[in-house]
Amino acid sequence: MIWLGIETSNVPLSIAVMNGDEVLAEEVMTTKVNHSVRAMSAVERVMAAAEVKPSDLDAIAVTEGPGSYTGVRIGVTIAKTLAWTLHVPLVGISSMRVMAANCWHHEGVVAVGFDARRDAVYSAAYFVENGVLNEVIEEQHRSFDEWLDALDALNVPILFVGPDRARYEERLRERLGDRFQWARGPFNTPRASLLIECAKERSISEDVHTFVPEYARMTEAEANLKKEENASCAKR
Amino acid sequence: MKRTYILAIETSCDETAASVVVDGHDILSNVVASQIENQRRFGGVVPEVASRLHVEQITVVIDEALEQAGLTPADLDAVAVTEGPGLVGALLIGIHAAKAFAFANELPIIGVHHIVGHIYANQLVQPMQFPLLALIVSGGHTELIYMKEHGSFEKIGGTRDDAAGEAYDKVARVLGLPYPGGPAIDRLAHEPTAEPVDFPRAWLEKESYDFSFSGLKSAVINYAHNRKQKGEALVPEDVAAGFQQSVIDVLTERTVRAAEAYHVKQVIAAGGVSANRGLRTSLETAFNEKGIPFTVPPIAYCTDNAAMIGAAAYEMYRAGIRSTLAMNGNPSLPMRSWNDA
Repeated sequence: MIWLGIETSNVPLSIAVMNGDEVLAEEVMTTKVNHSVRAMSAVERVMAAAEVKPSDLDAIAVTEGPGSYTGVRIGVTIAKTLAWTLHVPLVGISSMRVMAANCWHHEGVVAVGFDARRDAVYSAAYFVENGVLNEVIEEQHRSFDEWLDALDALNVPILFVGPDRARYEERLRERLGDRFQWARGPFNTPRASLLIECAKERSISEDVHTFVPEYARMTEAEANLKKEENASCAKR
Repeated sequence: MKRTYILAIETSCDETAASVVVDGHDILSNVVASQIENQRRFGGVVPEVASRLHVEQITVVIDEALEQAGLTPADLDAVAVTEGPGLVGALLIGIHAAKAFAFANELPIIGVHHIVGHIYANQLVQPMQFPLLALIVSGGHTELIYMKEHGSFEKIGGTRDDAAGEAYDKVARVLGLPYPGGPAIDRLAHEPTAEPVDFPRAWLEKESYDFSFSGLKSAVINYAHNRKQKGEALVPEDVAAGFQQSVIDVLTERTVRAAEAYHVKQVIAAGGVSANRGLRTSLETAFNEKGIPFTVPPIAYCTDNAAMIGAAAYEMYRAGIRSTLAMNGNPSLPMRSWNDA
């Protein structure tokens, strides 16, 4: 079974082709270049390196978000178009789970948090045991302090993984003391091969036409509208 | 001769559209999923909402376009997509669907300028006669383009501030009309009125083919404001008729003067505002008098659609123009000639 994996949910770009358990080709880039410029070229290049034609693909895996709205949409649009036109199944995996999968062979709690601006994080924590990632802090958009409270309450050592070490390390140290460490450099970059591994474990395939990113937040315009509606309801 | 089948995709603003066009003029399908109903609650197009809705619709719309055309990807010769200008987040959805589709089916991809698409909408009705003058009027554009042949574009005039459609939307808001403002004002302007309000016309310099609508817009706002201060009721029909007449007078004068100066064989109007009944009638009358053929596409091809992108892409395809998988959405894509011979 040949898989194509597409990860564009944050700044890093990763594309991989796997045949069964074997990674045939994979690219990972973290320099700040628009995904719109290089994502499809990378798909073409990685597939050529893997010696795989589009018609050879058996399934597509994509990181569904949350993350950069535009980044996630680029990955999802490529993935759903390929899955639809090639008539192959599509599997979407959360960006946080893909990130945590870098610590698949760790034993204990792994925490993931992506900066969501205004001191908020797309965040989660998993208890990893025998190669299984169980959510212990639900994947969602929350304030940094809420995330910190939830992590602190676990009262166990925590391994952090993700790109925002410089942003969070000091505040984590203040609160968690020696109960946390941050993963080594390369483990903080998501890999499309691990996205594919996550997708293989999920046996359900998405409805391609209706598949959309997991934004984790409504648009500002919709949020404002809702606020106005609620205010006018309250008046009545 | 072998016929050329192009699948075209357009997502530059708030319509998710796909179409299959043969040889640049035979439309096998023309599917448009509009976001107007959804966006109306915001009183305009919210870019992030537009992008999200495009992702929801994109494969459904392309699937439908192929289905209605009775074709499979193997029947196609190329994929065309709007590269810009437009809302970048919206453009990127069409562009990535087009790139992925082209890659999967081993087809060439052609990035098309949105306004070039509007011009070529005329080709869907009848072959274009060169040299030609195109008046582009939409929510984002007010331009006069001179074409000496296919793929050759010379901008001879444009707006210095607001686009005509933009002025329509703002005036509609002043009058409390629903979004989009153009059709609502056009309708009101055709209601019988006691006396249309006399708003100014921005003639600029005598020789200029440029436009300016911000002064007119301010005049309407000030008029409404003054009325309110005096406690007088605003007659929406009078304001709409006066505003529309001012816009139409300037657009018609400029277009007629340019058509004569450049000795064109045909004048065309394109873009969303060219669906405006008042403008169509004024241009038709003026060019009838001058004896210069004037055409405007049926209303369905004036507003955003993908068939027009397919029509333009066919000429680009014949000229050997191809894009790469690195194509980016360009919100301010310049209109470049592909044929400067």
